[in-house]
Amino acid sequence: MLAPTPKQVLIDPVVNNNPITLQVLGVCSALAVTTQLSTALVMCIAVTLVTAFSSAAIAALRNYIPSSIRMIVQMVVIASLVIVVDQILKAYFFPISKTMSVFVGLIITNCIVMGRAEGFAMKNTAWMSFLDGIGNGLGYSAVLMLVAFVRELFGSGSLFGFPILAKVTEGGWYMPNGLLLLSPSAFFLIGILIWIVRTLKPSQVEEA
Amino acid sequence: MLPEQRDSITNTFLVTLVLCVVCSLLVSTAAVALKDMQGKNKLLDRQKNIVEAAGLSTGSGELNAKEITDMFTDGTIEPKVVDLQTGEYVTDTAIASDSFDERKAAKDESMNAVIDASKFRIGIEKREKYTWVYLVKDKQGELKQVILPIYGKGLWSTMYGFVALNGDLKTISGLTYYEHGETPGLGGEVDNPKWKKQWHGKQVWRGESTDAMLAVGVAKGIATTENLPYMVDGLSGATITSRGVDRMIKYWFSSDAFGPYIENLAAQKGDSHVSTNP
Amino acid sequence: MTIHSFEHYLSLFLTSVFIENMALAFFLGMCTFIAISKNIKTAIGLGIAVTVVQTITVPANNLLYQYLLSEGALAKTLGPSFGSVDLSFLGFISYIGVIAAIVQILELVLDRFFPALYNALGIFLPLITVNCAILAGSLFMDQRGYDLGESVVYGLGSGFGWALAIIALAAVKEKLRYSNIPVGLRGLGITFITVGLIAMAFMAFSGIQL
Repeated sequence: MLAPTPKQVLIDPVVNNNPITLQVLGVCSALAVTTQLSTALVMCIAVTLVTAFSSAAIAALRNYIPSSIRMIVQMVVIASLVIVVDQILKAYFFPISKTMSVFVGLIITNCIVMGRAEGFAMKNTAWMSFLDGIGNGLGYSAVLMLVAFVRELFGSGSLFGFPILAKVTEGGWYMPNGLLLLSPSAFFLIGILIWIVRTLKPSQVEEA
Repeated sequence: MLPEQRDSITNTFLVTLVLCVVCSLLVSTAAVALKDMQGKNKLLDRQKNIVEAAGLSTGSGELNAKEITDMFTDGTIEPKVVDLQTGEYVTDTAIASDSFDERKAAKDESMNAVIDASKFRIGIEKREKYTWVYLVKDKQGELKQVILPIYGKGLWSTMYGFVALNGDLKTISGLTYYEHGETPGLGGEVDNPKWKKQWHGKQVWRGESTDAMLAVGVAKGIATTENLPYMVDGLSGATITSRGVDRMIKYWFSSDAFGPYIENLAAQKGDSHVSTNP
Repeated sequence: MTIHSFEHYLSLFLTSVFIENMALAFFLGMCTFIAISKNIKTAIGLGIAVTVVQTITVPANNLLYQYLLSEGALAKTLGPSFGSVDLSFLGFISYIGVIAAIVQILELVLDRFFPALYNALGIFLPLITVNCAILAGSLFMDQRGYDLGESVVYGLGSGFGWALAIIALAAVKEKLRYSNIPVGLRGLGITFITVGLIAMAFMAFSGIQL
């Protein structure tokens, strides 16, 4: 098989090989932090950076890691990066880190990070792995931002905290759809998103 | 590196050692370097909530960080640690230091007290023996408000907030929840400015002096004319959150919590006021 | 160690099973959840494995938290001069390390003493290490400051809640095999919608007060 080009590695995961809708990775946080666009954005950036840098680090070390401790080494690298990200958030973005609470730590077990480390970084160069991390991060971000957009706009009437639709409780006309702020709605939205993607790209449909 | 070399025991130890050292350095550096900043953030966050509860931030829009911290150093807001049982300020500096954390105290067996669950069902088993109060004073040093921290269970979460008691020690000047996980749009409406405004001027006790009965709370549905001076409307669709707030506020003003302290403050003013019958 | 009332523990257990269900309210452990829930037998096996691991790891991490990581913890183990050391930032990495170790040990134990179960679980056992629900259990324990007793109950409850969710989903999916699902929704899509509906159903449990 031909080695993937940098462009492919970057663009593929956005639609063709999206980590959430096709690979079923990184779903947990996609559902939890998408009630507001601001938390979703921070999560996207955090996951993208962690995936990119951890994949790059692991790719650079891949020829030296003994196979017996392979998974632990990956986990230590990923966990360390996540701790650093968490510390930075607590120092410079305190209100957001409070809203995200345990989900920052959960980036460690985010299947995308581990999945790419094991599936790509162990077999490719540091630079390509970095790009692959960014690419998958972008794919992940696309889904997250889309879901968060719908949930915040129709659930709270705002975007990034700026009121767009005047809510009834504040003297306006819009009755916010409370369901969108609760957990089940995220499941529905992603289900519908998958439906749309697979209708447009029949190659992604699973065999019955 | 050849696979045999890579998988050898020596290499395994070496990689493990190097990895541990590098990662520890990375993580510890980040933690230590950012610790101060994080501490400042936490403190500022709490101070912002107190300022908001006191209604001091609504004057000229959002106050910036410096304005907020200044309030705590120039005497506008004076934090003090109170012994809830006696109602006196704590003089023991081992307890009443700047870093006293009342939430930790609530979990510490030596620093907490049991809440009688048959009398007070706020969903909390034990509360701290000592807690912070914040005295808001004007330029002449007159006591304008006392900010009291309150907490209790809502529907989904423990709700943490501040109730601001007016300098007359009889009426409420504000109630703010700075931490809660209630349903947005329902219980979460405790954050709605319209609902919060209802608390302004509510009287805590009905009657005078030793006949005073605790009357403040959240009504079921719209507050009746009789209850209007004391109660706010319930939150529609949020029965359990409303009930939580009602129980919470009744508890913290009772003789089991801030009652003794308020009596002491009143006595200092020369008021033979508030009995703290629940 | 404080002993709370039985009601306290019961309330904690029921809350973590129904109201704060790891899978349905917090979306944790979703990847394995969605990929593995194809038939009930595997779902049950995985559910049991997760419950066991959770019940062991949350208290184990709690001990780590109380005696090593939290502020002033080292004072208890090494003496008062260490009272100001705060290692809580090492939480993430310590918890995941403990989890990986316990899962590894569990694998060895099962292989030696319960080979049938070991074979049935197969690949799932190592996968439990990266199951977000397991790490989340420890993280919530850390954030909420549970003591040892509460940690055991919470571990049992959250694991059991997750197991309940995955078994329910597997049961529904088995029935769905005979339904006429639109092409684009087949497989992953309908799974998400099903989980969403089950999550809505579980929300009915909120408001139960003991």
